[in-house]
Amino acid sequence: MGGSPLIRPAVKPEPVDLTTLPRAELMREVTDLVALHAELIDDDRLEEWPDLFTEECLYSVIPRENADRGLPVATIFCDSRGMLVDRVVSLRRANIFPVHNYRHIISTSRIHGVTPEAVTAHTNYVVLQTRNIGQSFVYNTGKYVDEIVYSSGRFLFRSKKAIFDTDLVDTLMVRPI
Amino acid sequence: MLNNHGAADASATASEHDRIGCRVPYSVFTDEAYYKAEQERLFRGPTWNFVALEAEVPEPGDYKATFIGDTPVVVTRDKDGGLHVVLNRCAHRGAMVCRERRGNAPHLECVYHQWAYDLNGDLIGVPFRRGIKGQGGMPADFALKDHGLVKLRVESLNGLVFATFSEEVEPLRDYLGPLITEHVERIMCRPVKILGNQRQFIHGNWKLYAENTRDPYHASLLHLFHNTFGLYRSTQTGKCVMDENKRHSLLFSMAGSNDAERDSQVYQESRSFDTSFTLKDPSLLAGRSEFPDGITLVILALYPNLILQQISNTLAVRQIVTRGPDSFELVWTQFGYADDDPEMDAIRLKQSNLIGPAGVISMEDGEAVEIVQQAVTPDRGAKSYIAMGGGGADDADHLVTEGAIIGFWQNYRKMVGFEEALP
Repeated sequence: MGGSPLIRPAVKPEPVDLTTLPRAELMREVTDLVALHAELIDDDRLEEWPDLFTEECLYSVIPRENADRGLPVATIFCDSRGMLVDRVVSLRRANIFPVHNYRHIISTSRIHGVTPEAVTAHTNYVVLQTRNIGQSFVYNTGKYVDEIVYSSGRFLFRSKKAIFDTDLVDTLMVRPI
Repeated sequence: MLNNHGAADASATASEHDRIGCRVPYSVFTDEAYYKAEQERLFRGPTWNFVALEAEVPEPGDYKATFIGDTPVVVTRDKDGGLHVVLNRCAHRGAMVCRERRGNAPHLECVYHQWAYDLNGDLIGVPFRRGIKGQGGMPADFALKDHGLVKLRVESLNGLVFATFSEEVEPLRDYLGPLITEHVERIMCRPVKILGNQRQFIHGNWKLYAENTRDPYHASLLHLFHNTFGLYRSTQTGKCVMDENKRHSLLFSMAGSNDAERDSQVYQESRSFDTSFTLKDPSLLAGRSEFPDGITLVILALYPNLILQQISNTLAVRQIVTRGPDSFELVWTQFGYADDDPEMDAIRLKQSNLIGPAGVISMEDGEAVEIVQQAVTPDRGAKSYIAMGGGGADDADHLVTEGAIIGFWQNYRKMVGFEEALP
């Protein structure tokens, strides 16, 4: 991660029982991590993006119509940090796609639950896309369901699901949501 | 026409070239007139269109709303297990009867005036049919049986459901022919379970995707993942063949025939053969050998609206839904077999990263279609040139051909028509 100003230095001896932390502090950590995730993608710092996840992790971008029916097919499904790296390398070197940028607009997060190991939080998002024609449009909207843990001195995603309403994907999806 | 000798010679040479290869006027991808004609003559004409997997409507009362071309239809299963496909349009004043993508109901009912239809499309109820307090009501000779939903012919082949508006088109198996039928049966070899849907909106004419899925030439050149990891290469043992009428195409290949030395020679200058690209987590490609024939990739393009595919351990249908001359939707329904073990479930789920709108070996097709559409739109006089493999609608026992694309255009020209000589 290096120089990101949003990542605080490790201050807590581990393991940390997250239920002992003040709600306001958890909220701040969740908000920071979710915002940093969006920032790295929007600023095309994708090589840093996998570092927001634990080594063993789950990242999935799944259409709501599948999630609602309990069907497993996700548009992107990664179950290791290595797969996240592979997605980024594939975008850079293999895939052919329209030149574009993302802009995430994210809502206030809501903490749904806290266990000693993990905080579960939900956050709504809108991803606007801008292609080289210069117009911006709503590319993908949905909610993040995140499980966040404290590991190696940092808060990280153990699981991040983007459950998206916009199930008609415009052209293709190459960048993480 | 021309007096100048040199120019006449040049023109003779040009017409000679016209006889070799297939030229398709780009206007078929842009003109509203072609779009309207093909809705009537092709999608609502003598063709069988895919509408559902039986596994999507397994129980009595299950229904699924979908489209043939851009015409809305509903697939239902009645209480005796029979399958029906009806036009999704009330016989009264044309409202869409079924407004959900899918569901279960004892009958279909229009919300506008509550006209109710049996699951086979028969009209069973009309509110205030005999009026209220002796006033109003339908004419005395009004008969329910005269006002059902429009019913389509339906046939199912090993769990794939097709429908047609045509009374004339031959039965489904004859329409597909023995070769295509055999390969549909190969994939649909036992009961399947639905794993999920993906939907993709592509800003291009649907026929560009029909070409793309009959095109073994592009697959190792456009899709780096295919080539670099040997999922598909044009050097592989494989075929691209058609039914007798050249409507449908079967493209298959065997990854077991990869030869690293030969392939690196053939693709030595190619962007898409990148030996320095390795996966940090190769579990994506760790599949299971599933079919005893060694075929690892199958693209069955069934005229006009379906692709049935097996790519490694991914199984899916891709249904084309037209949305005007310059756009279409691609609806992916991914499935496994009902008897898959948990490990196979996990393999299919992970390999799902290969296909769909974000598939590392399929996303490029969306971009390929769009860059054609963007380039052909302004220039209506121009034509494409399709000749790889010899320039005819010929079967090939190799993968360096565009023969099946030419087969598609021959059928399209017969059904919809355009003023160009085809080989």
